[in-house]
Amino acid sequence: MIPVSYYLALSAILFTTGMFGVLIRRNALVVFMSIELMLNAANLSLVAFSRLYQTFHGQIFVFFIMAVAAAEVAVGLALIVTIFRSKQSIDLDQMNSLKG
Amino acid sequence: MLLEYAAIATMIFVTALVAVIAIVLGVLFGPKRPTDKKSMPYESGMNPIGPGTRRVPVRFYLIAVLFILFDIEVVFFVPWALVFKQFVSQSQGFFVFAEMTTFIVILLVGYIYAWKKGALEWE
Amino acid sequence: MTQTDFFTLLPAILLTLWACALLLVDVFTPGAHKGRTAFLAALGLAFTLGVTFLQPGEYTGFNGMVVRDGFANFLISLFLLTGLLGVAVAYGYLRRMGIERGEYYSLMLFSIVGMMLMAQATDLLVIFIALELLSIPLYVLAAFAYPNTASEEAGLKYFLLGAFSTGFVVYGIALTFGATGATSIAAIVAATAAGVANKALLLSGAALILVGLGFKTALVPFHMWTPDVYQGAPTSVTAFMAAGAKAAGFAALIRVFSSAFPALAADLTPILWALAALTMILGNLVAIAQSDIKRMLAYSSIAQAGYILMAFVAFGSDLARPVAISAALFYLVAYTVSSFGAWGVVISLEKEQGKDLQIADYAGLGKKFPWLAAAMTLFMLSFTGLPPTIGLIGKLYLFRAALQGGLYWLAIIGVVTSLISAFYYLRVVLTMYMKDGQPDVARETWLTATIVFSALATVIISLFPAPLFDWASRALLMVMK
Repeated sequence: MIPVSYYLALSAILFTTGMFGVLIRRNALVVFMSIELMLNAANLSLVAFSRLYQTFHGQIFVFFIMAVAAAEVAVGLALIVTIFRSKQSIDLDQMNSLKG
Repeated sequence: MLLEYAAIATMIFVTALVAVIAIVLGVLFGPKRPTDKKSMPYESGMNPIGPGTRRVPVRFYLIAVLFILFDIEVVFFVPWALVFKQFVSQSQGFFVFAEMTTFIVILLVGYIYAWKKGALEWE
Repeated sequence: MTQTDFFTLLPAILLTLWACALLLVDVFTPGAHKGRTAFLAALGLAFTLGVTFLQPGEYTGFNGMVVRDGFANFLISLFLLTGLLGVAVAYGYLRRMGIERGEYYSLMLFSIVGMMLMAQATDLLVIFIALELLSIPLYVLAAFAYPNTASEEAGLKYFLLGAFSTGFVVYGIALTFGATGATSIAAIVAATAAGVANKALLLSGAALILVGLGFKTALVPFHMWTPDVYQGAPTSVTAFMAAGAKAAGFAALIRVFSSAFPALAADLTPILWALAALTMILGNLVAIAQSDIKRMLAYSSIAQAGYILMAFVAFGSDLARPVAISAALFYLVAYTVSSFGAWGVVISLEKEQGKDLQIADYAGLGKKFPWLAAAMTLFMLSFTGLPPTIGLIGKLYLFRAALQGGLYWLAIIGVVTSLISAFYYLRVVLTMYMKDGQPDVARETWLTATIVFSALATVIISLFPAPLFDWASRALLMVMK
């Protein structure tokens, strides 16, 4: 059996990848994908811990995260589509109409 | 411990090897006589129309998002269905059934909303 | 569902049903009568508020996943009040801006359900769901004025950073689960007390949850989205979001940290100390440089979050914690009424989406509309913490809590930054009274009612703070076993 620590290491790598993706990439869709990567890293951790502790809590949690992530996708894509319609771009560097 | 996975590793290796051998043999010994017609992208025998990466109408997006939303909710039905009998045997069946009914009614509200807003109409 | 379960979630259940019904009513309402939805939403909020008052008491429901204790009851009432004020400021504003769509009120109601659950949650799973239920409608509301580019951008920015912070919360929860094998606060406490919890994992988990909730409550350095989103979102949404989302973030922060992680206080207190100090200093200093009133109020709201956090830094001490929690609750009420008042004034001056929002546009308000200017002055005094306002009383309680926790340096930073904040708050007052201009305001019954209500509450509670403070002091967290 693969030890739990392997899953946790992979999950930490995924989370960090996602985090840096959000911070570095400028395309709204790619940023959004990176956020999903962060959520899935958490899912992987939860399932791994769930197996370690022989409980279902973590797996049920993953179901909720997936459902909520789908709701986020719906809202997020809708926002990205609306903004593309008015700006013809989803580059975050061009989101500059708000300034002090 | 990791040895249990040796069979899978062997299978992946052999599959990859067979594929690589087939492609390499084809490249090495196959005759190559390209014509304009032959280098066209393959679209089930039709002549291709327009560029390969066309924009998809945004209507698809709406349908797809609605699909994802209602699709993912099914994730809650499966575990519920699995433990339902246990609750029935504890004579809590009605309560658990009512809970799922509530969930479905809330989904239904969303469905009626989407319907009346015309999200399901194509035009 | 047993009766206790039902009573635990009664306010949330009522409001959810109402929001669903409202969504359907709106779809079947012809376009000219969209205003009806607002009245129905207000009715639902008022009804839920009434039921919450008639059916108080302590309940634990759903195997300890949610509770309704004094703390939750206090905050539920506050969120319902926030909702009522939010409907009142939105009603005329949406019509004036031509963005009157019935979904506004359903989304607001769903968001309030999320806030209420944040205050009631005693399981990290419920905290996560409540957080999302609170946030997702707000993302939509922030972009509600589409195709206005500023509003769309505000929505996208809020969404991306909100989802980013959710990622942190979820990963933090996963690590906490890994450390203790449980997501319920009671079990986390039990595992920590038994010494079976992996401390490094638990600490990383708590820190990541803090980052996520720090985004929601706009603590420095997680505040970057606040000015942009507050500026770009329709002003009625900003008013609602500034009061509600912040209070809900603090509700979860207080609940989780004082119930689940008091054992980590020695490690977390320095972090919270730094966050509070940074938030107070940066929020107030950057606010000085703002010329747009919405951005100025955004930085002001960041600074106010710093003061609330200041009281809560010493959450590990059993002596200081109850004082800090009641002071925080009192200040959240103070902030809610003053901020709704101030945003109400901003809304009455904003004639078109994004127009007349410079501080310079307030010149001459004192001569032309003396009552409105007087109300704005009152709210600015309240933000600064000067008499005769609820802001002063609230800040006194916060400072008292900080001193009780032995945070002398933090209290000094708080006092100094309060003095600095007087500079930019009173600049608005000076502009209104000392400069000449021809401002124009919209007269709308419900908007006026909100401003009058906020002004009266700001003054009257400052004169008689005892009943509210007694209520806040009794609003204790249920002890998790």
